[in-house]
Amino acid sequence: MKIFGNSTRVPLAALALTALTGPALAQQGLDEPFQKPFKEALAGKTVAYVPVAMNFDLTEGWYAGLKKELEPYGVKFVIRDANWNTNAGAQAVTSLISEKPAVMVVHNPDVQTYAKLLQRAENEGIYVIQINMGSAYRSSAFVGANWVEIGERQTEGVVKACEGKSNKIAIIQGALSAAASAYTLKGVENVLAKHPEIKVVSSQAADWDAAKAKAITQTVLKQNPDLCGIVGFWDGMDIGTAAAVKEAGLTGKVFLATSGGGERKGACELVKSGAFDLNLSYDVPTQATQMAGTIKWLLSSGAKPGSIKGSEYTTLIPITKENADSQTACWNLSDLKK
Amino acid sequence: MKRFRFSQQEIVFAVFALLFLVFSIFLNGFLTADNMLTLLQNVAVLGILGLAMAIVVIGRGIDISLIAALAVPPGLVLQMVQNGHSLPFSLLTAVLITIAFGLVNGWLIAYAEVPSLFATLATGLLLAGLGQAVLFQLDVVQWSSGMDGFERLGQGTILGIPTSIVMFAIACMVVAFLLRQTRWGAYIYAIGDNPYAARVTGIPSRPIIVLQYVIAALIGCFAGLVMAASVNSMPTRVFNSTLIYDVILVVVLGGIGLSGGRGGVLNVIIGTLLIGTMLNGMTIMDISYAGQNLIKGVVLLLAVITDSFLNPRNEETAQQGDI
Repeated sequence: MKIFGNSTRVPLAALALTALTGPALAQQGLDEPFQKPFKEALAGKTVAYVPVAMNFDLTEGWYAGLKKELEPYGVKFVIRDANWNTNAGAQAVTSLISEKPAVMVVHNPDVQTYAKLLQRAENEGIYVIQINMGSAYRSSAFVGANWVEIGERQTEGVVKACEGKSNKIAIIQGALSAAASAYTLKGVENVLAKHPEIKVVSSQAADWDAAKAKAITQTVLKQNPDLCGIVGFWDGMDIGTAAAVKEAGLTGKVFLATSGGGERKGACELVKSGAFDLNLSYDVPTQATQMAGTIKWLLSSGAKPGSIKGSEYTTLIPITKENADSQTACWNLSDLKK
Repeated sequence: MKRFRFSQQEIVFAVFALLFLVFSIFLNGFLTADNMLTLLQNVAVLGILGLAMAIVVIGRGIDISLIAALAVPPGLVLQMVQNGHSLPFSLLTAVLITIAFGLVNGWLIAYAEVPSLFATLATGLLLAGLGQAVLFQLDVVQWSSGMDGFERLGQGTILGIPTSIVMFAIACMVVAFLLRQTRWGAYIYAIGDNPYAARVTGIPSRPIIVLQYVIAALIGCFAGLVMAASVNSMPTRVFNSTLIYDVILVVVLGGIGLSGGRGGVLNVIIGTLLIGTMLNGMTIMDISYAGQNLIKGVVLLLAVITDSFLNPRNEETAQQGDI
C-alpha cells in the first residue's frame, strides 16, 4: 500500500514541476504540497548525539555541522558525552531509549557494546544513525569512513614510496579494542598480502596517544634507520610519530601515511610542514551534511525505524603536498561553529 | 649481628640489571649508545613526573592531580599562543595557575586536613574539567607558529644528548638538592617519617606540606612543557590515561615507601630505568600490546612479592596509609 503511495508521488511531483514552469500559471503562486509536511515532520523533534567524547575535531565538527543544518527547522539537540568511558556511553544510550528522541546519532567505541542497545532503540521507534565507527548491528543508516579502504590506500601509498628502497615498514596502530583500528589493520594486511617483498619490522598499538607513538617510532627508527615508510592510524596520534621521524632527521626519507578528519591544523598544516606525506581525510563537514540529509529524509519519510537500512561510506580526500594549500582540502572548526 | 637484607631498591636494581643483561646478550641492537639514549628519552617525562610524586610521597602524601598539572597549564600555553598571545605572557599565566593549583592542593591537605588522596583526586578532576570546558577548544592543542623555538625544550640534542634527558637530569639535580641540601628537604623527610613528632619539634609542618604540593605541581607543569615540546602538541586527554599509575609505579617500585620518610631521587631513577628497559626491549622484540601488559604485570608482581618475602611488614613498622 505504502509503496504504491510513494510511486504515485513521483509523477505527481513531476507534474507539479511542469505546472510551475508552465507559462499559464506564471502570474499566480502555487503551493508546493510537500514542504509543509516536511517542516512538520522536523519541527520539535529531538536528535540525541552520543559521541565517544566531545572536544576533539571529529565529534565537535559533526555536532556543529548537524546543528547548522537542522536547528533552523526547529530540531532540538541533546548531547550525551561519554568522555572516553564505554560504560557511561552505554548508560547514556539506555536512558535515551526511555527518553525517546526521534533520532539517535551514535559514535561507537567498539563493535559490540552498543549493538544490542541500538537494536532495542530502533524497535522502540527511534531512528539510529551510526557515525564513523559502526557496531555489529546495522541500523537505519551508517555514515562514515571505510576503514578497510583507508588501510589499503595508506599502505598502497607507503608501498609505492618504498619502491627501490629497503622495503621495511612500521605500523602504528590505535587502540586494540577499537573497530576503526582493527578494520584499518585488515586493509593494511590486504595490501601487504599482494606485496611479499615488504617487511613489517614493527606493528604496535600506541593507544591513540601521541607520546606513545613517538616512543615506539623512536625505538623502531634506531633499530631500522633505513625504514622507508610508516602506516599510522590517526593523525592526532601520528603527530608523535612525525616528531620522532623529524628528530631522527629522516623527514622526507620515511613516508608517513595517516588518516583523520581533515581539520586544518591537524591535517593540512602538518602535511604542508612535511610531517605527514599522506593524510586520508574523511572530511567531517561532508559527513555531517550527509547525516543531516539522512535525518531529514528519515523523519519526512515516515518509514518505520529499522525497516530500511543503508550505508553512506565517505568519499576520502587524500591530502598531500599538492592540495594541502587549497581552501577546500581542509576545514576550520571555527568556521563550522559560526 | 645484623642479618643481611635486600631492600626493595636493591631488588628492583637487580631485576633491572638482569633484564638489561638479558636484553644486551639476546637482543640485537639493544646495547648501542643510540638505543640507550632512546630508552632514556622515552621515559624522561615519566621520570620527571616521578620526581614530583616522590617529593609528595616522601612527605607522606600522594598527588593524583599531577597529570592535570601536566596537561592543563602547558595546554593553556599552546592555546593562548594559538589565540595570539605572546609566549612569555602565556608561560607566565600557566606558571601562576600552576602555583595557585598547588596552593589549593596544599591548603586542602595541610589546613583543611582532607586526606591527600581525596583532595588531589577532586582538584585534579576540577582542573582537567576546567581545561576541557573553558580553556581548550579541542582535546589535542596543536602547536602554532608563535611557539617556534620552544620545541627545543623537548626535541633535538644538547652536546649529543637528547634534550628531554638533559631536562630529566636537571630536574633530578634540582630535586636532589632540595631534598638533601636544604632545610626544607630535611623537614619533608621529618614530616613524612612522623608528622606529629615533626610538629612537636617546631617544624612548620603545614607550610611545608603546602610547599610540597606547589613544587610537585610546578614539576608536573615542567614535565608537560617538555612533553608538549617533544610531540609538538598537547594531548590534554592524557588526563584520562593510566599515566598516573605508571608514575606511582615508578616511585613505589624504585623503593620509596608510601608510608613516607624514605627514599630519594636515586629510587626514582632506578624505577624509571626499569620501566624504560622493559618498554624498550619489548618494542624492539615487537611484542603485542596484550603481551606487553602481561609481561609488565608479571615483572612488577615478582618485584613486589620478592620484597614482601624478604622484608615482611610487621605491626611495628606498618603505618596507616600503607598500600
